[in-house]
Amino acid sequence: MCGIVGLFLKDKALEPKLGAMLSEMLICLTDRGPDSAGIAIYGAATGNEAKITIQSPKPERDFHGLDVELAKAINAPVSVAVKSTHALIRTTPEKVEPARVALRSLRPDVRIMGAGEAVEIYKEVGLPEAVVERFDVRSMTGTHGIGHTRMATESAVTTLGAHPFSTGADQCLVHNGSLSNHNNVRRELVREGMKFETENDTEVAAAYLSSKIAHGKNLGEALEGTLSDLDGFFTFVVGTKNGFGVVRDPIACKPAVMAETEQYVAFGSEYRALANLPGIENAKVWEPEPATVYFWEH
Amino acid sequence: MPATTISKAQREQGHARIFDLGQQPLRELNQALHQLTPGSNETAWEVLNPKGSHSVAVGVDQPVAVDVRGSVGYYCGGMNAGGAITVHGSAGPGVGENMMSGSIVVKGDASQYAGATGRGGLLVIEGNASSRCGISMKGIDIVVHGNVGHMSAFMAQSGNLVVLGDAGDALGDSIYEARLFVRGKVGSLGADCIAKEMRPEHLELLQGLLDRAGVTGVKAAEFKRYGSARTLYNFNIDNADAY
Repeated sequence: MCGIVGLFLKDKALEPKLGAMLSEMLICLTDRGPDSAGIAIYGAATGNEAKITIQSPKPERDFHGLDVELAKAINAPVSVAVKSTHALIRTTPEKVEPARVALRSLRPDVRIMGAGEAVEIYKEVGLPEAVVERFDVRSMTGTHGIGHTRMATESAVTTLGAHPFSTGADQCLVHNGSLSNHNNVRRELVREGMKFETENDTEVAAAYLSSKIAHGKNLGEALEGTLSDLDGFFTFVVGTKNGFGVVRDPIACKPAVMAETEQYVAFGSEYRALANLPGIENAKVWEPEPATVYFWEH
Repeated sequence: MPATTISKAQREQGHARIFDLGQQPLRELNQALHQLTPGSNETAWEVLNPKGSHSVAVGVDQPVAVDVRGSVGYYCGGMNAGGAITVHGSAGPGVGENMMSGSIVVKGDASQYAGATGRGGLLVIEGNASSRCGISMKGIDIVVHGNVGHMSAFMAQSGNLVVLGDAGDALGDSIYEARLFVRGKVGSLGADCIAKEMRPEHLELLQGLLDRAGVTGVKAAEFKRYGSARTLYNFNIDNADAY
């Protein structure tokens, strides 16, 4: 099954409530996927700061003293804010790649969940309610976000197998469904030089989009490509630095409901995830058409 | 109409038994409905604050009226036998799945596979229905005021699907003996589904269905009929690609 949610705010007044709204939407869909949960939240990009979300199986060991060591290694100011098994590193945009390289030697067990100017990603095994509490998601502010509650089908129940998957700067993706040609697509992407952290089918979809974007396609074109190049069942919800997109496969077995008001665009696997949003009684509510790309940008 | 705006007077006037799903668990509602016995005086039921709940009023088997004030999730009115269920909102996937008799009216839109495998009764969707409406229908009558999505009436075996708007791709794919009446455009016909002549008995049948579904100002003659070419009934190797 899996449950996915997304919320793209148009009304700035709602931005302080983004984390709380997304949390409630996600918890509503717990019974669609109790194995793991995750969210990506986009705060406003300032242009002179980059964020890297990292995860460690041993946070006490790996996060201790990391700010000082990393700042020294990349010769730039670094801040590290620890949240349970995750930590958010802030540095300057041009130091993201050096920081990635430095992390590999300084803290080999640390995994990078995502990086960019706006995105923060938190994901773990466990019920959505527990994951939301653990990372204090309710208090987070931002412009848009996506979330996922996972029922594992194609790969193991691990932190890395949780969604969202991020394979490019500020890009991330959540998926409801299963891909049948992911091994083949992964092989092709590996040949192109893409790197994979897991055996997960969704990571292949995320990497596919990143690859298309790296080859000059815009996100809309990349999403169109999934309809012919990815085989299987999918509803994808994607986030970018300033955008939010949805696409369903041509069979469209996996459920999807959207709502739009002057204040927001919202996505849920089921209507009940949207039922408590403000003004939902008068929102335009519809099911996204199969094989059709929907996209909003700030 | 939001559920909270129904006045106390209105409720008392109707003598309806009220269930507020914001306060009471769904199981209590369904259990109370299941405990009804023939001849019960509790013939009017009202469900408030469904907020997309699954399985609202599933398994009703007495001739009672259930008014659901708001939108429901999966399988509302599933297996209904004799109940008159009205959803004053939209319905999620599988509304009226395997309905036996009675009626379900959805005032808004319906999601995927509305009326799937239904054996009898009448399902009316006043908005649009999504994909696979009437999939494997086995005797149910479905009237959709708006459009239906792709693969509607897939493997339909018996009953009638009436669409006042348009139908999506692959209408009636691998259909058996169900009758499909579409007033608008058809995206494409599925395997073994063909347009058929509208004979007087079909006009009469369709007019009866439109009347029962409360459709006015629309004539049976405005519809086209579709059904099975019956070439896939028995396996024939020459048709292998069509199965």
